[in-house]
Amino acid sequence: MFAMEDMILYNRLQFAFTITFHYLFPQLTMGLSLMIVYFKWKFLRTNMLHYNDAAKFWMKIFALNFAMGVVTGIPMEFQFGTNWAKFSELTGGIIGQTLAMEGMFSFFLESSFLGMFIFGEKLLGHKLHFVAGLMVFIGSWASGFLIIATHSWMQHPVGYEILENGKFVLNNFKALFDNPWLWPSFLHNQAGSLITSSFFMAAVGAFYLLSGLHKPFGKIFVKSGVIFGFIASVLVAFPTGDMAAKNVVKYQPVTFAAMEGIFETEDGGSEIVLIGQPDMEKKKLDNKIAVPNILSFLTYQRWDAQIKGLNEFDEATHPTNVPALYYSYHIMAGLGTIFIAVMGIAVFLLWRKKLYESNWLLWILMFLIPFPYIANTAGWYTAELGRQPWLVYNLMRMVDGVSPTVSSGNTLFTFLGFIGLYLLLGLLFLMLVIKIIRKGPESQLSLN
Amino acid sequence: MELFWFIVLVCMLGIYVVLDGYDFGAGIVHLFFAKDEQERKAVTNAIGPFWDANEVWLIAAGGVLFFAFPTLYASSFSGFYLPLMMVLWFIIFRAVGLELRGQIHNRLWERFWDKAFGIASLCLALFFGAALGNVVRGVNLGMVENGVSTQEAHYFFLPLWNPTFDPLAEHQGIIDWFTILLGLVSVVTLTIHGANWIILKSSSTLNPRLRTIIYRLNYVLLLLVVASALLWHYVKPQALNNLFAHYWLWIFPVMAAVGLFSLFRIRSFKKDGTGFLFSTLFIVGSFGSTVASLFPTMLPSTNQVNPSLTLYNVAAHEYGLSVGLGWFIIAAILVVLYFIIQFRVFKGKLDDVGYGDH
Repeated sequence: MFAMEDMILYNRLQFAFTITFHYLFPQLTMGLSLMIVYFKWKFLRTNMLHYNDAAKFWMKIFALNFAMGVVTGIPMEFQFGTNWAKFSELTGGIIGQTLAMEGMFSFFLESSFLGMFIFGEKLLGHKLHFVAGLMVFIGSWASGFLIIATHSWMQHPVGYEILENGKFVLNNFKALFDNPWLWPSFLHNQAGSLITSSFFMAAVGAFYLLSGLHKPFGKIFVKSGVIFGFIASVLVAFPTGDMAAKNVVKYQPVTFAAMEGIFETEDGGSEIVLIGQPDMEKKKLDNKIAVPNILSFLTYQRWDAQIKGLNEFDEATHPTNVPALYYSYHIMAGLGTIFIAVMGIAVFLLWRKKLYESNWLLWILMFLIPFPYIANTAGWYTAELGRQPWLVYNLMRMVDGVSPTVSSGNTLFTFLGFIGLYLLLGLLFLMLVIKIIRKGPESQLSLN
Repeated sequence: MELFWFIVLVCMLGIYVVLDGYDFGAGIVHLFFAKDEQERKAVTNAIGPFWDANEVWLIAAGGVLFFAFPTLYASSFSGFYLPLMMVLWFIIFRAVGLELRGQIHNRLWERFWDKAFGIASLCLALFFGAALGNVVRGVNLGMVENGVSTQEAHYFFLPLWNPTFDPLAEHQGIIDWFTILLGLVSVVTLTIHGANWIILKSSSTLNPRLRTIIYRLNYVLLLLVVASALLWHYVKPQALNNLFAHYWLWIFPVMAAVGLFSLFRIRSFKKDGTGFLFSTLFIVGSFGSTVASLFPTMLPSTNQVNPSLTLYNVAAHEYGLSVGLGWFIIAAILVVLYFIIQFRVFKGKLDDVGYGDH
C-alpha cells in the first residue's frame, strides 16, 4: 500500500512539475502573438518603421519562448500514456479526439507559419509577413482552445457513455464543444495569457525608460503594454472570471466551498474571505479578515443567498488538499485585483500624459513582471486541485488512472531527471531573454 | 474504420521518419563530417526552417494513436516508459542545442551546443531504430510469470536491458543484440538520408565530400541490412508469412532494394535531389516491409497466455472513429496546403537564410 501511495505521489509531482514549467511559455506566447500582430498591423497602416522594429524585437522573444514551449510540451502529450496509462486507456476515445485535433489543426499551422514569420520577412514582403504572423496567432489560440476543451471534459464530462468494461465512449462529438465549462474557461485563460504578455511588455518598456536605454521603444512598449494590460486585467475578472466561478458553483459546489474557505454553511448570506489560513483539524480559518455577505452577492446577486459549506458534502468528495486549493484561488484573485488597480492608475496617467515621467509607477510596472506568471499558475492550480480527488469529475478517481506497471522508483528517477533538465533550461532561458532585452530593438531609422 | 486509422497512423509515422529522419541525419553529419564553421552553418541552415514542423508529425501521430488506439497508446507508452522518457530528454536537448547555439557568439558556447545537437541526434536515431526492433520482437504482454499473468493482459514494462541481451529471453529488455542492430541500421540509414538532404538544400564545400561518404556508408548499410534480415528471420520465423500470402506486398522490399542499390551511383547523379529521393525510397520501403510483415499486429505478444495487440483489439469505439474522419480530412487538406506554401517560400538552397542569427 505504501508503494502505491509513493507511485501516485511521484506521478502527480512529475506531471504537476512538467506542466507548470511548460505553461510558463505558452502563457506568454499566446498573448504576445496577438500583440506582435498588432504592431505589424500598425506598421502596415502608419508605415512607421518603429512599429516594424518593435514587431521584430518581440518576435525574437516570442521565438525563444515558443521553442521552449514546444520542447516542454512534447513531454506533456507523452505523459498521458507513460504515467497515466489507465486514464488514457479508459478515456482516450474522448480526450484523444481533442488532443489529436490540437496536433492536426494547430501545431501544423503554428510551426509552418512560424518559420515563415521568423525567416521570411524579405521573402514574403510585409503584407504576407503580417498574414504569417496572423496564422501563428490563430494556431496558438486554437491550441489553447483544444487543450481547454480537453480540460473541460475532465472537469465537466459530456457526450459520453460508459461501457461495461469501464471505457468511456464518445456518443456526441458536438457536446465536447458545447460544454458549458469550455468557453468561460477558454476566455478566462486567454485573458490571463494576455495579462502575462502585456505586463511583460510594459515591464520591458519601463526598464528602458528608467535606464535610459532605447527610450523611444520604451514609450511604445509601456503604452501598448498598459493599454492591453488594463483591458486584459478587467476581462480576466469580468466577465470571464465571474462566469468561470459560476460554473464551479453550479457543477462543483464542494470545490467552491473549499476555494472560498467556507467550512460551514451560514444562514443569512456568506462572507467573502480576504485573508486567513485554513486549519483543517479545527475546520476554521485563523486570523480571518472577511467582508460579510459579499460572496453571496457575487455568486447569486442576492445578499442573503445561501452558499453551501464543506460540512454539507461527503468527505470522500472533498478536494484532497483544501488549503492548497484555497491559497491558489486567493493568490490568483488577490493578484488579479492588484493588476486592475495598477493598470487602472497607469492608463489614467497615460491619458493625462504623465505616465512616462511617473518613475514610481514605472518601477512598479517593472517589478510586476513575475506576478502574472504566479497568478496564471495559481489559477490553473485552482482548477486542477479543485477537480481532485477526481480525474474525470465524479466518475473516475485520480488513483485509478496511473500506469499499473511503472514502479515508483522509475517514476522518481524520471522526475529527478526532469527537475535537472528543466533547471538547466530555465537558467539558459533567463540568460538569453535578459540578453535579448538588454540588446533591445534594432532601429532601422537610426541605420538610415 | 480501424483499418483506415491504422493506415493514417502508419502514413503519419512514415512521413515523420522521412522528415525528422533527415534532421537526425543532418545532426550526425554535423557531428562527424562538418569540418569548419561554414560547413556546420550549411548543415543547420539546411534544416533550420523545417525541423520544428517535422517534429510536429511525431506529436500529431502520437495524438492519432491516442485517439484511435487508446489501449495501444496506454500499453506501449507505459511499457516503454524508460526509453520514451530518454527520447524526450534527447529531443529537448537537441532542439535546445539547435535554437540556442546562435544566441551567443562564443567559441565554447557554440562548440558545446554543436556537440549536444550532434550527439542527441545520434542517440535519437539509435533509439528509434531500437524502438522498431522492440515492436518487431514483441514484449511479454501481461508480464507473464510461470504461465500466469501478473498484470492485465495488455500491460507490460521493460527495463533498459537484461544481462543476457538476448531477444528471445523470457524477460526482455529494451536493448538486446537484435534491437541494437536495428538501431545501427537506423543510424547509418539516417546519416545517408541527412547527407542527401544537405546536398539538396545547400551548396557548401561539404557536398562533394558527402557524396563520397554516402557511397562508402552505403556498403556498411548493405551489410547491416543483410545481417538484420537474416537475424530477423531467426527472431521472428513467421516474418514472411504475410508477404507470401499477399504477393503485392513485395512492393515494399523491392522499393527498399531499389533505393539502396541506386545510392551506389550517388557520385554520378546530376541533380542534387536524386539521392534524397532514393534514400526516401529505401526508408519508406523498409518501414512499409516491417508494417506489412506485422499486420494486423501492432505489438506482438511473446508469451502463449495473452494475445498480441492488433489494430482490432486496441481501437477506440466506432462512433468516435467515424466522427474523427470528418475533422481529419479537413485538417489533412490544410496540412498539405501549409506544406506547399512552406516549400514554395523556402524553395531552393538555403545558404543565406541565416538560421540562428539573432
